[in-house]
Formats: sequence, structure tokens, C-alpha cells
Amino acid sequence: MNDPIPDLTRRGLLSGGGALVVSFAIGPRLALAQGEEAEVVEQRGELPGSLKDYPFVDSWIRIGADDTILVMTGKAELGQGIKTAIIQIAAEQLQVALPRITLQTADTGMTPNEGYTAASHSMEESGTAVLHAAAQARRVLLDLAAGRLGVPVETLSVEDGVIVGAGQRIRYGELVDDQLLHVRVDARDEAHDPSGYTIMGEPVPRVDIPPKLTGEVAYVHDLRLPGMVHARVVRPPVYDARLESADIAAVEAMPGVLGVVRDGSYLAVVAEGEYQAVRAMAALQASARWTGGMTLPDGAGIADMLRSLPSQENVIHETGPGGAAGGAGARRVEATYTRPYQMHGSIGPSCAVGLAEDGGLTVWSHTQGVYPDRAAIAEMLGVSEDVVRVIHMEGSGCYGHNGADDAAADAALIARAFPGRPVRVLWMREQEHMWEPYGSGMVVSASAGLDPSGGISDWSYDLWSTTHVTRPPPARNLAPAWLLERSLWPPKDVNIPQPAGGADRNAVPPYTIPNARVVEHYIPVMPLRVSALRSLGAFMNVFALESFVDELALAAGADPVAFRLARLEDPRAREVVQAAADRFGWADFERGPGRGRGFAYARYKNLAAYCAVAMEVEVEGETGEIRIGRVVAACDSGQVVNPNGIANQIEGGIVQSSSWTRFEEVRVTPDGILSRDWASYPILRFPHAPASVEVHVVDRPGEPFLGTGEAAQGPAAAAIANAVADATGARLRDLPLTAEKVRAALAG
Amino acid sequence: MVTLNVNGAPFETDTDPDTPLLYVLRNELELNGAKFGCGLGQCGSCAVLADGRPIFSCLTPISVLEGREITTLEGLGTIDAPGPVQAAFIEEQAAQCGYCIPGMIVRAEALLRRNPAPSDQTIRDWMEPHLCRCGTHMRILRAIRRAIDGGGAETRARDGETPA
Amino acid sequence: MRKLLVAIVILLVLGGAAYAWAVSAPEIEAIEPPDPASFDPELVSRGRTLALIGNCNECHNAEGGEPYAGGRPVESPYGVIYSTNITPDPETGIGRWSPEAFARSMREGLDREGGHLYPAFPYPHYRLLRDEDIEALYAFLMTRRPVRAEAPESELPFPFNIRPILAGWNLLFLEEGRFVADPSLDEPRNTGAYLVRGLGHCGACHTPRNLLQAEERDRFLMGGENSGWHAPALVGAVPAAVPWTEEAMTGYLRREFVEGHGIGLGPMEPVTRNLSRVPEEAAVAMAAYITGLAGPPDPGAGDRAERVAERSREPIPTGLGADPGAHIYAGACARCHEHGTPDRLAFGIELAYSASLRLPDARNLVHVIRNGVKPPPGEAGFYMPGFDGALTDDQIVALAAFLRARFTDLPPWENLEDTVAGRDLEEDETGQAILGLVRSGGDG
Ligand code: FES
Ligand code: FES
Repeated sequence: MNDPIPDLTRRGLLSGGGALVVSFAIGPRLALAQGEEAEVVEQRGELPGSLKDYPFVDSWIRIGADDTILVMTGKAELGQGIKTAIIQIAAEQLQVALPRITLQTADTGMTPNEGYTAASHSMEESGTAVLHAAAQARRVLLDLAAGRLGVPVETLSVEDGVIVGAGQRIRYGELVDDQLLHVRVDARDEAHDPSGYTIMGEPVPRVDIPPKLTGEVAYVHDLRLPGMVHARVVRPPVYDARLESADIAAVEAMPGVLGVVRDGSYLAVVAEGEYQAVRAMAALQASARWTGGMTLPDGAGIADMLRSLPSQENVIHETGPGGAAGGAGARRVEATYTRPYQMHGSIGPSCAVGLAEDGGLTVWSHTQGVYPDRAAIAEMLGVSEDVVRVIHMEGSGCYGHNGADDAAADAALIARAFPGRPVRVLWMREQEHMWEPYGSGMVVSASAGLDPSGGISDWSYDLWSTTHVTRPPPARNLAPAWLLERSLWPPKDVNIPQPAGGADRNAVPPYTIPNARVVEHYIPVMPLRVSALRSLGAFMNVFALESFVDELALAAGADPVAFRLARLEDPRAREVVQAAADRFGWADFERGPGRGRGFAYARYKNLAAYCAVAMEVEVEGETGEIRIGRVVAACDSGQVVNPNGIANQIEGGIVQSSSWTRFEEVRVTPDGILSRDWASYPILRFPHAPASVEVHVVDRPGEPFLGTGEAAQGPAAAAIANAVADATGARLRDLPLTAEKVRAALAG
Repeated sequence: MVTLNVNGAPFETDTDPDTPLLYVLRNELELNGAKFGCGLGQCGSCAVLADGRPIFSCLTPISVLEGREITTLEGLGTIDAPGPVQAAFIEEQAAQCGYCIPGMIVRAEALLRRNPAPSDQTIRDWMEPHLCRCGTHMRILRAIRRAIDGGGAETRARDGETPA
Repeated sequence: MRKLLVAIVILLVLGGAAYAWAVSAPEIEAIEPPDPASFDPELVSRGRTLALIGNCNECHNAEGGEPYAGGRPVESPYGVIYSTNITPDPETGIGRWSPEAFARSMREGLDREGGHLYPAFPYPHYRLLRDEDIEALYAFLMTRRPVRAEAPESELPFPFNIRPILAGWNLLFLEEGRFVADPSLDEPRNTGAYLVRGLGHCGACHTPRNLLQAEERDRFLMGGENSGWHAPALVGAVPAAVPWTEEAMTGYLRREFVEGHGIGLGPMEPVTRNLSRVPEEAAVAMAAYITGLAGPPDPGAGDRAERVAERSREPIPTGLGADPGAHIYAGACARCHEHGTPDRLAFGIELAYSASLRLPDARNLVHVIRNGVKPPPGEAGFYMPGFDGALTDDQIVALAAFLRARFTDLPPWENLEDTVAGRDLEEDETGQAILGLVRSGGDG
């Protein structure tokens, strides 16, 4: 149905593969304006979504004389169902049946530069662009047909890509020529009336699922090129250690080994067979001697460490006179919450295939951003971007910036040393665990006054965190670049400003609170490698903020849901809160021994999807186990394109968050990272999955798409902690809420 | 020389006998279903059936599999004619990234062959060795339930499998 | 021999019945379940520690069941015995037991009504407990969440299903008296003796038992069994490759990975997990007492172990026609266990230090190969996948033989095929033999 493997003849690859080569009328206006960094330019009041950078219809939609419809997106399928949603949008707006659409996803040789597929922006950026571009393409075609037929456009209709009117039928393909769709999108025009939608809003089955479930080529891991060889990398014990020596000669003499790549402290081995490469890697690693490198922090003291590191103070929100003034008679409630470093932990380790040929380099990668990754790889290699092509192929779910870009850089470095031979590199499990950039540890300290009537008189909220974004480019944000002879070290951080925020994402309370002050203590150094992990700071901030609101409600003797509603003005927020509470049966819930209910709400980034979560838990006091029972969520993502897709994202977000919240913590000592596999970094297994998860999707026809992929994590975490407090009276503030901590809190 | 029987067809390889099956499946037989996840028997991405029982192909040397019937994801159905468990997973849209799902399907198949009517708790316990990072667990459980209720066992019985 | 056994059993039945007739124990009056708030929290907290040392949660908890609600099947050579509900549920648990009734059960193996409990419940050890410790355990259990759960009837054949027979057993084997400190032992050894012999009931597994399942007093801690696992000798023929030190055993008892020893597996796993949750003094004392009993280590043992380890670090012989066990080790085990494996994944032990390879037979090794090792869900810890299904019996035999040869200096295991096929367990055979005799005796 669509693209997974482009034309694989070698020459075709480097030239762009023939007929579909697109030369954009204008280049991207912003070289790097995407993903998290695009937040800065979000409200420019110009064309919506990615049309800002690619305003022409034919950057998005191409219709052939044979009626083929090619839709292009610079976004990548990450398992979030974006392909299907975009095909639905295009089919709806062009009024054709779904199978007529062919979708091309991220490829620097073919698609628009939409930066990163991240920050839940795909629907807002790419979905919106395709929506307007497709709607306009239809209008252009209708106008042309009306002219040819000499009838008013209103008398025409479209049936599966055929314009019907005046007793005649004209196919789209009969109307198009080279330049027809090379027109600027005019987004002021209405897309067609949402009330008549038959494809958007439907739970269309995802196009990528059947091939994945029957063993077709679906992932970059499955890519097999003629003559392909296998590589494995060897990494030092710590990020910036230097390689003293390694027994390269012995490893090169091993069966099947084609050679060892060494550049400074960078080490990799290439073999004919994959398992030969694995064995050679083990031998090479056993022989390698390293020196130096930074001292890692002690995991046990992460919270103290974060508060003691030098930080920049940014007051990101202030209402009223500020400070913890409080009214007379106000009661103070104070609490501190912590979160350890946590992992993306993709199930399939990072993988890439590289091919250096005829002066060019092609890399197949599960990167979230083919263009940014290309820029970083070119910088690392010291070549022009034009000679590098990065093609997206799916990987195992990434949940943010994992090892994908690094593996692509590995493939580039190794392929360059073996010109003419496609090289597949796959990380080992321990490399993925130890070398991916983690989600930053964080500390939040909150303080509020409750006046005698139970109102919040003042609110102060301080958070400490290192960065949440070190995406490439620059090249120094690629781990392999640290190890090269010409080492690029250390990585470069970015602090994303409000309103979206990075570390401080969702730190501003959504509630009406007079006299509030929110301060971000941004730590520019990185004791551990960190970058974007799904929802960035929002996971911790929502956990802390919504736990704290619950503590305030308890202190005020108020019902936690009513306490929230009393301070929530946005009607859409109120609706999801009410919907989750009603469908859960909040009012009629019956507590039992060790059994309680918890609630939490957030609007992701305070500007994307709204999500409220209610759940019941049972706490087993002897073992400390938190069992999650029934979970009910309500979500408002604006105009719904695929309700099943939204439900899938919210369900997955809740289950994933229930793992982060209960089990996960990167274990580290000054000697090294101890979390090297699933035994040392346990995550949720089936027996700990909730008893059930129900998702109620609120549809908002005609409203803008709101990113959903990261909406549930924060609320789910706080709902768990709140339910544990409800069940046991014990308030747990330090993530993860392990059985051991529960036991300790309940013992006595 | 080791002779394997994969999805009903014999396959001869002169790869070292201690090579884990996964590498032979993926690189010599070009089968994509079994995936590398950890290589440590901790995640289940690489699961296949040996004489109907689930094994981690990442840690099973081919030398021990001579004379045994190996079934991979591909042996359960195709994109045009998915097997009952595959069909149930597709119906439930039980995948996000999908990387873990082939292993899940294979393991669920093994359960249904042994026990055509497992309880929900039995299913959860049975699936415990397999990890999913996307949090697709609820859908996976629903899909297995659907495969059970949807007459999947009948189809298998017709195929000559006797549920134990 | 057979006749003798028959005679013993019959005598025991008759004697027990007669004795029970003569001295049937009185019922202790039921009480109103005490209010949990009436117990001193300090006492409850001490009780929690003691209950962990006593490993109560392990037996009195069915798989997937509620803690202390019982129902767990305990295999004995005579049949299956189910553990009882010791939550304070008034109908199905011990909610109506007075402190006296509880203390009597701990010391005499009698329930409140005066009925006999099977000595799978280690009252022969618990009789040593001090009054204040029994009181703390009582306070702890009476403040648990009451769970309504009836334990299934134990499945024992005649005559073992006649509980009064146990009166005879007690008469023969139950010692009298509380723990008395040994003036020749210092602290913490005396504390260790109290814990090891009393609450910890280490001998229940680690001391060999006679035909009637009583521990052999003169072979204290010299190696026994539990649930088809060897409980290795702690005194005498200790299988460890390197001799135990107090420090190493303390760490081991607290579920730390100890160089040269690894971690506790099988029935020892929950014991070490529980001990890791109580103050370290308990493990320190137990280790001091046990290593003291074992006496000074063989001075040459360390060097021998090093030599074996050194030898085992040669490349794995996997060429054509090599030992099939070597192929299996290389493909399935080496990634976590082979010396020099980077990062020691999944905490695999270097097998030259594995005690399982040094036991008289391979049963513990076979258990581990088949079922693997798992931390409790959600907790970090030692992990090994089970190879049940992946390896056939013949292949497990080949692997076990290869491991024994490569990683020890001990002779090959005899009857390895039988062990792998489950035709081993001498004690079980004896038990079956007695059963058989009793049955035929009964028929005739
Ligand atoms: S890849 Fe085999 S179990 Fe993870
Ligand atoms: S669906 Fe992505 S890991 Fe399971």
C-alpha cells in the first residue's frame, strides 16, 4: 500500500530513484525548525502546521496522469499510526477511497523537511499541512473541471477521484499537468465540512499492522541489501573514556571478520555473518583497555546532587504579588518530589544500514528526523549535506531520542570504511541500555497556603533538572562523534522556553491560582547523558503538580475532583475531567482494605491534548505491590482522525507510565552504569498490567488536531500515587513507587 | 552440517552448530518474524516454537534443534491469509510499534495449542516472559482472548493439531 | 528390610493411636478476635522482622494468593500437605486463637482445638523460641489483614492421614525445652545459634532426615533436601568451590551476589530475600554460627578453586565433532556466564564457582537449567531464562556433563540420565517404598 522499501538498485538510490524526485520550489525556510525546537515558532500566525515551510500543494500531494496519488510527509511512522491518519486525511479531503493513496514518509531524497517526528507534533504539523494541501488540490481540480465543462463548480461532485457533473465524468488524472498543483496553499479556505466526513473520524485499521504481524519487511532491522555485511560496535565503559589498546590483529583473524574500524577511541568490527560479528565484538571488547573519562554520579544521591549543581533560575510564571505570602491564617502545605533518571528502553536495540558508494552515502535509519540526522552526520564526517541521504525505516518504538541517530552515525562511519558494501549495524542490548540518552532526573519542591475556607492562597513551585533535549545536530550530540580522533565532546544542551517548555513542560498549573510563582532551576551540565524521553519534563511535573493538588485537596477536606473543577476554567478541560470521573464512577467508588481511587488531569504542554485519568489500585501491604485495577481515561485531541489510534496512544501511555512510575530507575554508581539489561532495569511485565483500561475520546469536529502521544503519561503517574495515598494513607513522593518503598511506608 | 526443519521444510546449513537459531532464521532463511531484542532470554522478541513449545531463538544453538519441528511467525500465516492468532491481533489493532508482537503471537499460539480455554490469569502468567515497551498489553490480552473465543482452536484442530 | 519397615510403621500407628487416646490434647478456648489497635506497634514491628527470619510468608502463601492466607501445597514423601491460613480471620484463620493457643501451636504442633499439625510446620524448631518472640509474632500476625480462605485438606494416604499418629511421632522425635545459650560460644554466635536452630529452622532443609522424616540430630546441617532440591551441606562436605567466610555468608544470606558463591536459588531464594529485608545483625549472627560450626576452612581449597577456574577459561571447544554439551554452553550459556564476558550481563556467575556443579548429583543444576531464575516482578535482580522446551533431556544430560567436567575437578556424575529424567531422589524412593509397603501391609 505504501512505501516501506524504496527502489533498492544502488544507482537509483543515490540519484533519488527516478520519476518521483521532487525538487522543491523553495527550500525549507528554517533549517532546523522542528520537533521540540519548533515550539519557539509555534504561534506565528501564518500558515498552519508545516505549511509554514512548504507552502505549495505539490510539496505534499502529487497526482499522476494515471490517477495515482502520492502523499508525502516528512514525518516518520513510530508505531503511533501516523501513516494511517495522514492517508485518512488525504483521502477524505481528496474524496477518494483509501487504497488510492500512496504515502511516502521521511526521506531526505523525497519528502519535505519536517524536522523531528516528536513532541506529539505530527498531526499538528504534517496532518494539518496535508489537510489543507489536499483540500486545496481538490478545489483546484474542481475549478478546472468546472471551466472545462462550463458549469458552476457548485454543481459538481466527486466520487472516488472522479469529478461528476453535467452528465460527464472527469478523472483527476485527466486534469493534472506538471504545474497544476504548484500553487500556494490558501488555508483560509474551509476544508470540506466536517459533518460530511466519512473517512476522517473513523477507526480505520492501521496500514502498517498486517505486514508487521506476518513477518514482512517492516523495520530497518529487516532490511537486506545485496552483499550486505554485519557490524557491531564496541563502546568504552564511560562516555568519554579513551582507548589505550585493543587486540585488533587477533580479532581481524577471527572467522568471517572483514575488518576492525578504529578512529581514535571509536571501535567497530565488520564480519560477513551476523553472529561472527557478535563474537568478534565480544573478543574485541574483552581485549580493549580504556583510560580516563568522567566520573558518573551516585544514583542513591541523585536528588541532592541535582539541587547542588549550579543552575540558572528562570521564573517562568508569576501571578499576583508572588512569594509565599499567603493570607492571614493560611495553612502551609509543603512537599518535595523526585524522579530518577529513566530509560527509553526500546525493545529492539538501535539499528541502521549504511552504504557508501560513488562519493555518496545513504543511511537507512529509524531516526525521528531524517533531515536533522543528515545534517549531524554530514558535520561529523566533514562532508556536504548533499552527498548524504537519510531514509527513514521503522524501528522498535523509540519514545523520544534513543540510540537511533547514534546508530545511524555508526552506520555512516563504518560504511565509509567499507565502500560499496551495505553495512548493517545493530547495537547489543547492553549498549542500548548504557548508551541511550536518559530522561533527566528531576526534583520538585512545592509549597502552598490553604486559607480557612479551603482555597489556595498562594503557590510556589520550584523544579531542578538538567536538559531534556540534546538532539543532533550539532554532531557533538551523536555519541560516536565523542569517540573519534577528532573528538566532539561534550554534547550540547538546549533549554526549550515556555509555553511548551522542556524541563519545565507542564510546570505551570492549569488551575486558577492567585499569587503563584513557578521557577525552573535549569542545570546546564549533564552528569549523565540525557535527551528527550516521551513528554520530557511533563511526566515529572504533572506527577508532582497533580500529587500536590491532591495533597491540598486532602488537607482542605475536599473531594479531589471537585477541588480541581473549582479551579479549572477551560470548558474543554472541565469536560474531560468530568467525563473521566463519571465513567469511572468516582462518586460511588467503594474503598476496601488496601483499595483506593486516584485522579489526575493535565493538558499536555498546556497547549496540546487534554487528558484526565481515574483509576483504582490495590496495595498489598506485606509485599508492597501496587496492583492497578480499572483505569478510565478521557481525552480531547481536537478533531478526531482515527479514534482507535487515539485510544491506542492513551492506553499505551497509561501502561507505559505505570511502568515508569512503579518500577523504573537507572542504577548508576561512580564506577559505571549498572542498568545494563532487563534484569538490572526491570520494566512492567504482564502480571502487573492494569486489570482494564477504558479510553473515552471526545471528538471536536473542525477543531485543530492536538498532539496526543504524550498526553497520558503524567496524569497516569499522579493518579497512581493519589490512589495509593487514598488506599493506604501513605503519600509516596519519590519515583519510582517501588514495592520496597511502599513496604517501608506502611511498615511500623 | 546441521539440518533444520523450519515451517515444514528442511533446511541445511553449515553455520557453526553453536550459532543461535535467530541468526540462521533471519540471515540465511530471510525470515523477519523472530527479532533480536536482548539476546539474553529476557524479552521474548525472538520467540519461535520447537515442537510446539515456545523457545528463545536468540539463545538456542541450532545444534540442539536437529530433528525438531521449528515454527516461526511466518509458519502461522501470511499477510494475505493470516492465521487465527494473527487475525485476532489485527482485528484488535494490537500493536503500536509492533516490534514485540511477533514473539507475542508465537507464544500465544503455543498456549492455545496446549490449553484452548485458558483463564485471564493464566494468559497473563503465560505471557510474563515477554516484554512490550509501547504498553500494548491490554490489546495483546484482548487479542489472545479474541483468538480463543473466535473459534481459533477449531481452526487449529482442523489443521491437525490436537489441543493438549 | 521391608518387613522391618512395615513393623515400624504399624507399631507407630498403633502406638500413636494408643498414645493419642491416652493424652489427647485439650482444646483452648476461642477468644473474640483482638482489636489490631490493641497491639504495641513496636511489638508488631519486631514481629515482622521475626516472621521474615522465620520465612513464614513463603509457606503460608499460595501462589497468587494473599500473604499468610495459606493454601500452599508442600510436597512430602508421603503426600501433599497444605499450609494453613494464619491471618486473623475468625472462621478460617487464627482470629480466635489466644496467645496461649498460638504459643502451644508453635511449640507442640497443636492447633487451637488440640488437633495435631504436620511437622512440615517446623514446630520442632520453633519450640526453642523465647516467650517474647512468640508474643511478637502473635502481635504481628493478629494485625494482618484477615483473609477468608479455607486451606485445602491435605492429601495423605492411610495411615498418614490419621493425625493422632503424629502424637507418636512427637513422642519419638520432638525434643523438649527452650533455647539455652552455649557458654562456649561468643556473641553473635549464640544469637546465630538461636536463629539457625530456632526460628530460621535451617535444619529443616539442610539436615538429613531419617525414614520417618525426622531430622538426624547427629548430622546437623550436613545436607538435606527440599522440594526436589539439594539443600547443600553447611557442615562437613560443603560443596562451595571457595570456603565460606563469615562475611561472604552474611552477604549471601542477604541476597547479595557474593564473589565465588553467587546467589541463593530454589527454596533458598525466598529465605535470602526475607533476610535481606531485616536488620543485618540477623544474617551476621547466622553466618557467624554456621561458619563456626563448619570449622576452619581447608587451606588448600582457595588455590584449588583458582586452578580449576583458570583451566576453565580455555577457549570453548566448539569445533566440528566437539562435545554437544560444548555447543550448547557456547550458544546458550556463555553470553552471561563465560569468564571475560563484558559487563557480566544478567549477573551470571562464572561457573567454576557454582556450587550446583559440585553437589553429589545434578538435580539443582537441572532445576536451574529448566526453570531459570527470576527476580520478583518489577524488581531488579538475578535473571536467567529457563530452557525447558528448548533443550531435550538428552541435551540437558550432555550440557550438565560438560559443565561438570569443564568447571570442576570432581568425577563425572553417576546416573545423570536418571537425575534429568526425574528418576533420582533417593528419599522419595524410600518414601514411595514405605508407602508401597504400608499399602500392601494394609491389604494383607
Ligand atoms: S531476544 Fe531473545 S529473549 Fe530477547
Ligand atoms: S508494540 Fe512496541 S514494543 Fe510492543
